[in-house]
Amino acid sequence: MRLLINKIFLSLSVLSALIGLAFLGWILTTLFIKGLSSFHFSLFLNDLIDGGLRNLIIGQFILAGLASIIGIPLGMAAGIYIQEYGQGKYASIIRDLSDIMMSAPSIVIGAFVYAVVVVPTGGTSGFAGAIALAIMMIPVVISTTDNMLSLVPRELREAGIALGASKYKVIIDIVIKAAKVGIMTGILLAFARIIGETAPLLFTSETSNYFSLNLTESFPSLTVSIYDLANEPEEASRDLAWAASFILTVLVLIINLSGRFITRNKK
Amino acid sequence: MEKIFQKLSLSSASLVFVLLIGIFITLYTAAKPAIDEFGFDFITNPDWNKEVALNPAPVADMTNDMQITNEDDDTILDEDDMMLDDEDDMMLDDEDDSVTKTIYGGLVPIIGTLLTTLIALAFALPIAMGIAVFLAEIAPKNIANVVGIAIELLAAIPSIIFGMWGLYYFAPIISDLFGGYQVSLLTAGLVLGVMVLPFMAAITRDSMNTTPNVLKESAYALGATKFEVIKDIIFPFSKVGIIGSIILALGRALGETMAVAFLIGSIFVLPQKITDPTISIPVAMANNFGEASGLGESALFYLALILFIISFAIISIAKFYFLKKAN
Repeated sequence: MRLLINKIFLSLSVLSALIGLAFLGWILTTLFIKGLSSFHFSLFLNDLIDGGLRNLIIGQFILAGLASIIGIPLGMAAGIYIQEYGQGKYASIIRDLSDIMMSAPSIVIGAFVYAVVVVPTGGTSGFAGAIALAIMMIPVVISTTDNMLSLVPRELREAGIALGASKYKVIIDIVIKAAKVGIMTGILLAFARIIGETAPLLFTSETSNYFSLNLTESFPSLTVSIYDLANEPEEASRDLAWAASFILTVLVLIINLSGRFITRNKK
Repeated sequence: MEKIFQKLSLSSASLVFVLLIGIFITLYTAAKPAIDEFGFDFITNPDWNKEVALNPAPVADMTNDMQITNEDDDTILDEDDMMLDDEDDMMLDDEDDSVTKTIYGGLVPIIGTLLTTLIALAFALPIAMGIAVFLAEIAPKNIANVVGIAIELLAAIPSIIFGMWGLYYFAPIISDLFGGYQVSLLTAGLVLGVMVLPFMAAITRDSMNTTPNVLKESAYALGATKFEVIKDIIFPFSKVGIIGSIILALGRALGETMAVAFLIGSIFVLPQKITDPTISIPVAMANNFGEASGLGESALFYLALILFIISFAIISIAKFYFLKKAN
């Protein structure tokens, strides 16, 4: 009887794992079949207005790239503060708040940026979108930096100080170097996360049918356009949405996997 | 130089603090007109963007306005109201000489958010626990690694993809099985469940992995089966962490926008059955923010504030009570 219960329990557990894998397989297969059937290389050459996706893909990368330029230094500096400089309560409060912010609803962050950037500047813009994504990214970078720096052995820091290096030198030249791989992985994962975000962009960058490098106006976004296209009644729009989703997912998974690959190789 | 570096890192850290306070204050300020107008009755009022006639003698008192609404509850809610041009709303909102005014209540999206989240958790919980047990205790190391990565990839898929897949492939099957609409509380909740599944499984596995090997080995040495070890040793040991991970997944599910936006139907109507379409707070924001202005926009910010406070509270409880205790 005990053995029977054990068997049943173990089978149920294996079954759940299979269900989880089945969902992944189902979603990926759908994406491949639907996405590839409407996929064409001309999608990379034309803008949305001509039925392509070029402006959207470039736009999404610019938004996520700009968000990284804002978010990575700020997040890393904050992570360094928490781990290296902060003592006592303040640093641990910041760590806790950053953890909370990591799970804050992304649409609320979009609404916040709408109120503080879009309304005062008179309209949606690429900048507003990038700021919203940066706010999403900062807590992730903080937590990665914090965790990775905590793994660096104290002796390394002490050795640096003993050689007469100033604290910031020790941090930049020794501690960060030692934690480089882990931090890079975390940043890649954070980038993969924000490049697939839609909700914070809906009313900050919106999207555009045209190619644009002007960050002060509505900016082309792949994810926002997928949402628009998928809701249109025409079959052609929805096919384009599937092709775009396919490209987006492949990009996200490649970035995500390469992040994991770097760590694995180093280890 | 040392000073500058230290100052820079301190101010970056303080930015987090400033941002969170800033988000709260901004949402509150933007929601203020709606808060002043509707007060806490906003939470219990099911009418969104509904025009109600004022008394012949206009009364500015808010409680009176709410009574008018309640009397009007019997009339069927006109969905076309939502399409109403907002400039008209603005003009009608001028209380002094207008005969009608537009009222906003948050009950429908609040209920929609809570119910989709509950359905998602009810669906994801048993499967996530099973996966966590599989990864932590059953699978050989290399299989656990591969499956673990696959589950984490599921978590990496953008939410908008879940929404599209859910609408075109998952929802038709569910509505065949359970009847009702393809866009409904049920389908939205289930797709949301698939989304939080990997997240929940991953943290639960991590909690289970904190169980000391000595404890497990002693139990095995006494002749316990794997089930008994999991039930009597691992589960009690990692209980707090598991509860924390469930609450954290709940916080995630509450704020999810895109996966739900495709599937919930986006109408401001209280659902009678689980297979009815309705709306959630994030979806209400996503779909109406662009066209809203004046009191309508403020009401959306009110919803955002409610969502922010709820998820802030839930995540804090998960992180600081359960997950801290677990470590």
